[in-house]
Amino acid sequence: MLRFALQRLTSLTISLIVASMVIFFVIEVIPGDPAAYMLGMNAQPETVAALRRDLGLDQGLFVRYLAWVGGMVTGDFGTSYTYRVPVSELIMARLGVSLPLTVYALVLSTLIAFPVGLIAAARRGSALDAGIMGGTQLGIALPNFWFAMLLVLFFSITLQWFSAGGFPGWDAGFWINIQALTLPAVALALPQASILARVMRSAVIETLGQDYIRTARAKGLTSRQTVVRHALRNALIPVLTIIGLQFSFLLAGGIIIENVFFLPGLGRLIFQAITQRDLIVVESVVMILVFAVILVTFLVDLTYAAADPRLRRRA
Amino acid sequence: MLGRLKIGLAVLAMVATPALAQRTDISVGMVLEPPNLDPTSGAAAAIREVTYSNIYEGLTRFGPDGSVNPGLAESWDISEDGTVYTFHLRDGVEFHDGTAFTADDVVFTLDRARDEDSTNAQKQLFAAIDSVRAVDEHTVEVTLSQPQGAFLFNMAWGDAVIMSPESVEDNATNPVGTGAFRFVRWVQGDRVELERNPDYWGEAPALERATFRFISDPSAAFAAMMAGDVDAFPNFPAPETLEQFEADPRFEVIVGSTEGETILSMNHENEALSDIRVRQAISHAINRQDIIDGAMFGYGTPIGTHFAPHNPDYLDLTDNSAYDPEAARELLAEAGHEDLTLRLMLPPPTYARRGGEIIAAQLRDVGIETEITNMEWAQWLEQVFSGADFDLTIVSHTEPMDIGIYARPDYYFQYDSAEMQEIMEELDMTSDPEARTELLHEAQRHIADDSVVAFLFQLAKTGVANADIEGLWENAPVPANDLTGVRWTE
Repeated sequence: MLRFALQRLTSLTISLIVASMVIFFVIEVIPGDPAAYMLGMNAQPETVAALRRDLGLDQGLFVRYLAWVGGMVTGDFGTSYTYRVPVSELIMARLGVSLPLTVYALVLSTLIAFPVGLIAAARRGSALDAGIMGGTQLGIALPNFWFAMLLVLFFSITLQWFSAGGFPGWDAGFWINIQALTLPAVALALPQASILARVMRSAVIETLGQDYIRTARAKGLTSRQTVVRHALRNALIPVLTIIGLQFSFLLAGGIIIENVFFLPGLGRLIFQAITQRDLIVVESVVMILVFAVILVTFLVDLTYAAADPRLRRRA
Repeated sequence: MLGRLKIGLAVLAMVATPALAQRTDISVGMVLEPPNLDPTSGAAAAIREVTYSNIYEGLTRFGPDGSVNPGLAESWDISEDGTVYTFHLRDGVEFHDGTAFTADDVVFTLDRARDEDSTNAQKQLFAAIDSVRAVDEHTVEVTLSQPQGAFLFNMAWGDAVIMSPESVEDNATNPVGTGAFRFVRWVQGDRVELERNPDYWGEAPALERATFRFISDPSAAFAAMMAGDVDAFPNFPAPETLEQFEADPRFEVIVGSTEGETILSMNHENEALSDIRVRQAISHAINRQDIIDGAMFGYGTPIGTHFAPHNPDYLDLTDNSAYDPEAARELLAEAGHEDLTLRLMLPPPTYARRGGEIIAAQLRDVGIETEITNMEWAQWLEQVFSGADFDLTIVSHTEPMDIGIYARPDYYFQYDSAEMQEIMEELDMTSDPEARTELLHEAQRHIADDSVVAFLFQLAKTGVANADIEGLWENAPVPANDLTGVRWTE
């Protein structure tokens, strides 16, 4: 297990170094100057030059890359050009929205998908199964921003149970924020739950066809016991992979939902930073997301090993 | 017993009244979040929309109608030759951090703005200043290198607000000014909160708390207004829903004007566009009302020169370049440009993207083909604005009184006219109102006659607010949401 973990850790580090170079040099060649953007249409060239000096943009590309990477190792991501606050502060504040939202959506989607997928698999071919499959098809097909707008129309404008968006901030209390994140989490969870339920169903159906299931039934376990004790555990590998992918997707890809509910999350931070050519923010956030994706993949790899002892021995 | 009951009811009524009292908080929606809260180090309109007159104040300040009124300077004297301004500052004014406002702060602010290392986006406002001197604690003497008719106007801009040397470094994230509201906190990406400044020198505002919320998505903005999350949205991003708000008695639709002259800019370095006949042809090919209806849902005022229609000195010159495709075709034939292809670069706003498509169709109608390129702002600023690498572009020039850009040969449309430069130089040195009006008329006529660019329309300001709110600015003489006069009526 330890050797397995070490191997994965090495490849993780190499991926991070390569990613940092690609991210930095690709983003720096985007046309547009942050100083010119900030100063607008009436600025004089000398003012733009002064601001570039102020922001450290007059230094060479490679020098800035080294400073950026060097800073990141010590946890210093630099200072945002436009917001004028440390990038790490910005990212932490945004993670305070994006991370709980992702976890909330993931928990919802898992809570829905597990039983639904299991029931569909256990009742394979029944009317219930057909209904569930049709429902999940719809859940995948519906654009989630449109579903989100329907939620707002019904729950915020008509019923006025939830506010139409925004995020009060964690210092305003726990429940008020959970309430603010509920509609976005539901909107995010619906398609994810649909995908997950389908994966769950086919994985369970596949394991149900295995010899050991027949053995389990033969030694007298009930259908429910067989599914929960044997089929579920073996079906978990593909399901965990999907959950891992969904986590990364939700963390970075919630931007549309963040826009609909005007939540100050990571997706909107990147979007805004690209528009304003706040390149250091873009680079650092993308780097953090890469790090998160690689880390989640690493953790999922480890859980495979925990779920399936054969993987441990093979490594 | 009955008496006691009456007293009890009276007490109950007294206790219960505060619940019915007027609201003293407001939540104002904005499309863009300010990048920071220091108006002296960035051009973003959003910075001013939060801070102008609320947090920071200048020597002079704009009223809702664009007039220049006393601000931190109670009064001023101007020397005979118009070069020395002596400002008499208000007494007993304090910054939000408790430091006293004195003449030294004015000297510091003005010197900082015109310093070599200054990052003030409107540094030209201070270009005429030769020296600034504190005469005593409440008197400042500003000497100009030459008379400047617009000096008091310049000092009212958001870029000229007075800051204290003690707090200037942190103003980007923790703004400290002298205004009627002070900064509470900024939840980045979501909102900025302000509260009433109890030590304000002037009349206390009716509002106790104000929150600016940042909602960029048009349908989210609509939902936020409808759900009551936001009380007012002065620049509402979904004009197609305004009719619905108009029909709803809970809301009031506020339509005003801005300082944004929207124009189809032309690059005078382009061989074809350097020919006045081609420029006139383009101007005649354009039907302004079609663009206003098609791109702006009917909101906007046609203009025939680069001047705001609500300004008393405005001349309506739209007839100079009236829609006349036949004349356009003739002019093109005369100039020998019957099959002209021009590049049309479009920045992100709706007026440019939707307007651009309409203009392309109108130009095709007279025989001019366009190649449209959509651009982000940053790219537009670099390529079109700084690099002057374009043939045509559509943009709204939102600075107030910016007709002077036509006297800058290095400006992106590269219009070099000695006559126009002379007019603007003379205007700069004239402070007599009548003579200024005459010069402004002359300038407007000059650029219209020369068809420097195609003048399209004045950008409207369309907002939505709860019907019980009064005192919001209808027009936008400068980008601002001055809340000092805003109150709930019920």
